[in-house]
Amino acid sequence: MKISGDRIFNVVSAVVAATAAVILAITAYTLATGSAPILQKEGLSFFTGIMWNPNPAHEVFGALPYLEGTLVTSAIALIIGVPLSLGIAIFLSEMSPATVRVPISYLVELLAAVPSVIYGLWGLFVFRFYVKDYLEIPLNKYLGWIPAFKGTPYGLDVLTAGLILAIMIIPTVSSISREVLRAVPNPIREGAYSIGATRWEVVSKWVVSYGRSGIFGAAILGLGRAVGETMAVTMVIGNSVGPDAIPTSLLKPSQTMASLIASNVRDASDPLSFSAYIGVGLMLLILGLSINVIAQVMVTRLLKVKGGAVE
Amino acid sequence: MTTSTAVVNPTVSVKLTGAGSTFINPVLQAMISAYQAATPTVAINYQSVGSGAGISALEGHTVDFAASDAPLQAADIAKAPNALTIPTTIGAEAIAYNVPGIASNLHLTGKVIADIFSGNVTTWNNPEIQSLNTNVTLPSNSILVVHRSDSSGTTFVFTGYLSQESAGWNKTYGQSKTIGWPVGLGANGNAGVAGVVQGTTYTIGYVELDYAIANKMTVASVENNAGNWVLPTLASSAAAATSVTSLPAGNGVWSTFNLLNQPGANTYPIVTFSYILVYKDLSVNTDLNVNSADALVNFLYWAVNTGQGQAQGLSYVPLPANVVAIDVATIQSITFGTTALAIQQ
Repeated sequence: MKISGDRIFNVVSAVVAATAAVILAITAYTLATGSAPILQKEGLSFFTGIMWNPNPAHEVFGALPYLEGTLVTSAIALIIGVPLSLGIAIFLSEMSPATVRVPISYLVELLAAVPSVIYGLWGLFVFRFYVKDYLEIPLNKYLGWIPAFKGTPYGLDVLTAGLILAIMIIPTVSSISREVLRAVPNPIREGAYSIGATRWEVVSKWVVSYGRSGIFGAAILGLGRAVGETMAVTMVIGNSVGPDAIPTSLLKPSQTMASLIASNVRDASDPLSFSAYIGVGLMLLILGLSINVIAQVMVTRLLKVKGGAVE
Repeated sequence: MTTSTAVVNPTVSVKLTGAGSTFINPVLQAMISAYQAATPTVAINYQSVGSGAGISALEGHTVDFAASDAPLQAADIAKAPNALTIPTTIGAEAIAYNVPGIASNLHLTGKVIADIFSGNVTTWNNPEIQSLNTNVTLPSNSILVVHRSDSSGTTFVFTGYLSQESAGWNKTYGQSKTIGWPVGLGANGNAGVAGVVQGTTYTIGYVELDYAIANKMTVASVENNAGNWVLPTLASSAAAATSVTSLPAGNGVWSTFNLLNQPGANTYPIVTFSYILVYKDLSVNTDLNVNSADALVNFLYWAVNTGQGQAQGLSYVPLPANVVAIDVATIQSITFGTTALAIQQ
């Protein structure tokens, strides 16, 4: 019996595709069983509690501050990183001549190849002093009455971590957005120009609007990177624990879920605290999945993707 | 019971692995280099992964020896039965600070340090600090506490000291390799704490003495048991070990033993052993045979004797003679199954 090449190709593709699902299932199962002891001890207060002490004599584990730290730093990264990335993408796809586009695209993509520990070291030894002197001290001096800018500026805090993350998501968000914009069919632009639209109107009303679901997808990928980023964040966020880690101000040390795990898990010899770090990993997985599900829903429902739109 | 003595072929090439404490790492790596230069048939690989991870690896039999700044606790002893404790080096922990215009020798008591690290004393000119330093003009700036973000033997020793000095600290936070710190920011490793303290004004942190010396940090004089103000130096930390009279035996329980607050007029109060941990019967490590077990025992014997010459240059304290004697007895008791292991002295 002869087996056709198509058939082999189908089977191989299906197996490869299933691998991704299997890996996710194994990860979820391992995290769930690993965090069972801590969930039995702490119950729901593991997710809602704010006290954290891994000392076996005083054990208490509440992971809420780290969820908040992750959400706040990622939000800063998106608020600053996405507009910058979109600007880069619009410039590269709509305005720049090819002689400029190629080297700039290459440089932006090179940013993605810099290992995160390098961003962390640069943040710790260089960037944080600029953030402190030129951003945090003025913010604290003139806007210190706003709770978000209260505290003593040290440069190792939520703001610095968010800014480092913003820089780190730029290559992902900008290069995908650029591809999305370049995929917008030229007749759209030509039609817009023919009815007398300016370049600004063409880009903002037609091109970006046409590609918005794709740009949204790029931002979600950036968010995924920001939520899971470990090394760079742990070096600049200040790594406080417990109630002290709640990000009540941008000028305050905090902690993300990923940085907490990175700092502590390899040396957690006590079984319950090890389980607590696995539990934080489970929270991180749930958060990541939720972000993706919400993003899917938003792309299909809210943005009302029509046939032919660039996704 | 010992029934025979192994005859070892000296040309056999042996690979040994160890893991654990980052604190002992600089001096242990220096010892390993020196030993390998003299004994090229033995290759030793030590991974500086942290005391807790080292103990876990020993319990899982994935390494031949572990190193830890915290002695084995009851739960560890249950998982690593018949493990021996070999104090290998001694180090001090300095209270380092960065306050512009203030040199080393700021006076601090254990109670004030505990109050600073628990957030009860929040400014440098707080009366608790000022009353100990009447001739120093202290600024009114807030104190920024810097602690370790990773699980650390350094933190274990430091919080042990705070627990001895402050009943409130002991009750709320206690002694552990990681703590629910009420204030401050965390940095990774001794190098991380040293970097943050040096790069940020009005900070205070705790680092191993060698990091404080290497980075020329300003350090506090801490009040010792005799009521004297003592700076952390090699001499003042060595004094802590010489005044120890009753050490546990190598196969004894070390979980409650420490070198904190030892007597002596010039003894620095925050001093610790760093320990190497091995099984008494090395045959429980399946990757070892009589030859490699013998090589391990010879390395350990060398480390607590000749190897101590590496300590001082790296700001560690060489073991005093009474500790070496206990270590030698411990090392001589190590067997492979029922086979005693020959030590070339």
